[in-house]
Amino acid sequence: MKKLSKMFMALTVVGALLAGCGSNAATPSQPQQQSGGTQTPAPESNSGNAGAETTSNEPITAVGSTAMQPLVEQVAKDFMAKNPGLQIQVQGGGSGTGLSQVSSGAATIGNSDIFAEEKKDIPASELVDHKVAVVGMAAVVNPQIGIDNLSKQQLIDIFSGKITNWKEVGGPDTKVTLVNRPKSSGTRATFSKFALDGTEEAEGITEDSSGTVRKIIAETPGAIGYLALSYINDSVKALKLDGVEANGENIATNQYPVWAYQHMYTKGEPTGSAKAFLEYIVTDEVQKAAVKDLGFLPITEMKVDRAADGTIKQK
Amino acid sequence: MTHRTDTPSQSGIARKMLTSNKRQWTENVTGRVIATVCAALLIIVVLSITYFIASKGLSTFFVNGISITEFLSQVKWDPEGEPAVYGVFPFILGSFLVTTLAALIAAPLGIGAAIFMIELYPNFGKKVLKPVIELLVGIPSVVYGYVGLTLLVPFIREQFDVLGFSLLAGGLVLALMILPTITSVAADAISAVPQDLRNASLALGATRWQTIWNVVLHSSLPGCLTAIVLGMARAFGEALAVQMVIGNTTKLPGSLLDPISTLTSGITLNMGNTIQGTPYNNALWSMALLLLLMSFVFIMILRIIGRKGRVNK
Repeated sequence: MKKLSKMFMALTVVGALLAGCGSNAATPSQPQQQSGGTQTPAPESNSGNAGAETTSNEPITAVGSTAMQPLVEQVAKDFMAKNPGLQIQVQGGGSGTGLSQVSSGAATIGNSDIFAEEKKDIPASELVDHKVAVVGMAAVVNPQIGIDNLSKQQLIDIFSGKITNWKEVGGPDTKVTLVNRPKSSGTRATFSKFALDGTEEAEGITEDSSGTVRKIIAETPGAIGYLALSYINDSVKALKLDGVEANGENIATNQYPVWAYQHMYTKGEPTGSAKAFLEYIVTDEVQKAAVKDLGFLPITEMKVDRAADGTIKQK
Repeated sequence: MTHRTDTPSQSGIARKMLTSNKRQWTENVTGRVIATVCAALLIIVVLSITYFIASKGLSTFFVNGISITEFLSQVKWDPEGEPAVYGVFPFILGSFLVTTLAALIAAPLGIGAAIFMIELYPNFGKKVLKPVIELLVGIPSVVYGYVGLTLLVPFIREQFDVLGFSLLAGGLVLALMILPTITSVAADAISAVPQDLRNASLALGATRWQTIWNVVLHSSLPGCLTAIVLGMARAFGEALAVQMVIGNTTKLPGSLLDPISTLTSGITLNMGNTIQGTPYNNALWSMALLLLLMSFVFIMILRIIGRKGRVNK
């Protein structure tokens, strides 16, 4: 008996550990099981019926990119305030999770930093792309290095490991420390494609969270990495690329090429509340306020159009 | 002549005790059903999770056609490359190195603290050391990681003039994390040593230290080993704290001061960005399967130690 109870205890421990890991993947599918009609949280909002006038009250789940999460959460909050009774759930999990959840039908909207076409094994033709904002990215260095511009070739040589000391590009005699993103990261894919011309990055420190990357670059002498413009502050130095500064104006004209769309994918054309929500995001009311406030660039101000394969067209 | 006269109430009690009580019967059955359902649920959960991880993890080899030996032995990890290369050896090596290092640091410290607590200053140990250790258990791992990132990594960087993100930093953070586990389990083992053994040793003229070293530690050895293995199991599965301080470079480390990757950090960094069903995602599941198998191994080691301890006594 004692033996048996011991075994149970061991199994419980393993089970609990594993259950913890599994729950992350399981959550996004939950809201799907609830039927649309019973969604109205009656006790809190007695104005639940009023919402039905503008949109149907099907609940929306938007899952995916953690970089987009603050933006989508903010817009969802505003939209729910305008449409009482409507439920919008915003979750992280990464672009890959967003794309696979939306194509399997578990989420209404899949948030992604990259085109669905760029991920293998995603049926991109079934998905409808809604570009809602643009994010710029810049190479970022520790401020002590004291340089503010690199040519593209210099950047490529640094990230591919050919240049290993800052004195080779006019900086102090300090070793170069690369701070990378994981190989599967959308930020890494964008940076490598448009800043490094697809050159394979050398091995370096790897972190997923932008906050951690910034902290490491700020504290490590000789560190270089890349961040979305919204994450850049005084603790790190953003570099110009070939003399072009990473700002809204230069990105809108593609003078500065390192930027990516923020996509919200739906499976087939959206209907009902999802359609209304996606239309709301691209109104000036959102683009000029929430989008800009959170460090993104308004999609409405872009003067160029970029296709999934990277070709640029003037609008 | 004796008369046995049963009063009516006495015979009533006797009847009550002999006939089965319906309420008690229902209670018994309900209790048994609840307990059985709990146990069955537990077994189902464990089995289905094991099955799930195994089926996902094995599909790397059987569906995507990646060779198991290459997967385990190759040094290059480039799942997005052309052709994709899935070599998880650096992750496996990293996990083992960081766990071993943590155990090497934490085991002597933990057992030393346990001796202090039980043998040398039981009063102080019970009043101060024990609560402090219990407090350490309660600190979430992300806090250990953040402290390591903020204090330990810069310290190592300045002391050795290296990057700071390293095997050493990971080992130290993990050692701190598993120290309470090792100390409290070892303390239990040491306090379970019968007082008679100590008295006998002292009566034979052994000094206090000789008694502790030869008698107490010797007879609590299985318990102390259990403590170390439990600590290692925790260290092996820890993801967050380690990920923040080891640098996550998928290269073989040349020294203690080089950055490394572990199985757990490899999974957490990439899981959200990969698409379910792709070879990349399945490879991560295979890494999870490796972790699961390792935790089975740790549990088996614990059981073997436990059995040996019993046989010796």
